[in-house]
Amino acid sequence: MYLPKLIARNATRHKLRTALTVLGLVIAVLAYGLLQTVVDAWYAGASAASNARLVTRSAISLTFALPLNYDYRIKGVAGVTQVARSNWFGGVYRDPKNFFAQFAVSDNYLDLYPEFIVPPAQRADYQRDRRGALVGRQLADSYGFKVGDVIPLKGTIYPGTWDFVVRGIMDGRDESTITRQMIFHWDYLNESVRKKNPRQADQVGVFVLGVDNPDNAAAISRAVDDVFKNSLAETLTETEQAFQLGFVAMSNQIIAAIRVVSYVVIVIVMAVMANAMAMSARERITEYATLKALGFGPGFLSALVFGESMIISAFGGALGMLLTPPAARFFKQAVGGVFPVFTVSHETMLMQAGCALVVGLAAAIVPAVQAARVRIVEGLRAIG
Amino acid sequence: MSAPADPPLVSIRHLAKSYQRGAQTVPVLSDISLDIAAGDFIALMGPSGSGKSTLLNLIAGIDRPDSGELLVGGVDISTLPEASLADWRAAHVGFIFQFYNLMPVLTAYENVELPLMLTRLSRAERRERVEMVLGMVNLSDRMDHYPTELSGGQQQRVAIARALITDPTLIVADEPTGDLDRASATEILAMLQRLNAGLGKTIIMVTHDAHAAEAAKSLVHLEKGELLQGEHG
Repeated sequence: MYLPKLIARNATRHKLRTALTVLGLVIAVLAYGLLQTVVDAWYAGASAASNARLVTRSAISLTFALPLNYDYRIKGVAGVTQVARSNWFGGVYRDPKNFFAQFAVSDNYLDLYPEFIVPPAQRADYQRDRRGALVGRQLADSYGFKVGDVIPLKGTIYPGTWDFVVRGIMDGRDESTITRQMIFHWDYLNESVRKKNPRQADQVGVFVLGVDNPDNAAAISRAVDDVFKNSLAETLTETEQAFQLGFVAMSNQIIAAIRVVSYVVIVIVMAVMANAMAMSARERITEYATLKALGFGPGFLSALVFGESMIISAFGGALGMLLTPPAARFFKQAVGGVFPVFTVSHETMLMQAGCALVVGLAAAIVPAVQAARVRIVEGLRAIG
Repeated sequence: MSAPADPPLVSIRHLAKSYQRGAQTVPVLSDISLDIAAGDFIALMGPSGSGKSTLLNLIAGIDRPDSGELLVGGVDISTLPEASLADWRAAHVGFIFQFYNLMPVLTAYENVELPLMLTRLSRAERRERVEMVLGMVNLSDRMDHYPTELSGGQQQRVAIARALITDPTLIVADEPTGDLDRASATEILAMLQRLNAGLGKTIIMVTHDAHAAEAAKSLVHLEKGELLQGEHG
């Protein structure tokens, strides 16, 4: 029973040093958790995307639209059950910093997205109103949108001021569903465009395809693209998840940098902790020599050092982990709508615990070996 | 017909020890032969660098000789492997250091109890022993105090209690009064004499203080690593 007692009392012997080491660990574990959550948030859209849906876009670039009549030809491909249309609208709500996604979609769009739950009455109201729109719950909460509100958007791709009436709120099926977007009628957009610039009408940003069997997604994608091979507007069809990952890939270097920084933070605190443990061990050489003279073995001395290191890292790590979720909530509020999903995952918490464990173990290795190997005569002489 | 004499508790024959200082070998003890009887109280004296502390360390099993024979209680401790030597020390040697060497994070009671953690004694048995030994050194009322809350003399008495707690064969004391004022030193020496006379403990004490050496039954003088003379007080 003396070992835990000695470990605990040694850990609190230099209160300021221990407090500063714990503080360093808290900050490092917290920073690691937040940075990993930023990375997770980056992938959140792709994670929430489905492999059972396909997206067909222009093979040249996403900025090139596809002809409306592709709709019928895609429907004819074996395995395709539904085809919905979606155009990126890119409107500005009052100020450019109020960014959120707006899509003009065909009426069957929601049939392909069962993760969006809209009360039947609201959906019916939406279907009836040409200028009607549905907004996601997260978006509605952010801006206080309610059913009946008018949302004025200044068009950037489609010039002019566009007024949409909120006819319903889309809830997510679960926490992973991002509901920070607004959808409205593709037909309304198309008719309005036709009036102003007929040549821009009947253009579709992407087609969203439902398939009968997700296992055949690759074959169906190839079949769709084969239909338009050697045409003026060749297509690229991929799963929705691959489509989303394509966006994430554009930020790969940033994500890699964030990951590297998160690990560098851990390495730095490991060095700080190792230094603190080395200082403690060096100061206690005489005590280790005395314990050895009394008959305690090298294992006992190593356990003293490892135990102290682990107790400090466990305390700092636990505190850091406890603070991460509230810090993440604060961070999410501070950055506004940049990260619709910013939740600390269980994997991140486990990694934080793992980092604290590794820091505790790694920091104690050298001092523990020194303590175990201390020569009694030299250790006793060290008292001066 | 006379009864055969008791074998000495410590038997040293042709003991040598040197230290390596860089490429240079510095001899510390050369060809030391000495017998110490059980129940003796011996003072090892000599100037600084004479090798008295080294000899004490060798007898206590915390250092190893280069050559020679070193028997304590019939056991050649110079040949014991490290783990066995640690067990032997725990069972047979009580240490008293100049600077007490108490664990600052443990109370007087816990410091004295510390060596018993290597035994199979129950908590109650340990408590009984610790209270008895702390009573012997007149510290029953200080058992919950930490070393920093005790005077130098009191700390050394805790160290003596710690040395006694396992009822060792041998007590080794390296300058036990070196850090104490005159009154405390006299008190500690009187206590060591009582342990030797009353409990029959064999005590080997290193000192360069003639006053402290007077408390011992025998004196051994070392100079430049050689035994000069042995005399009985």
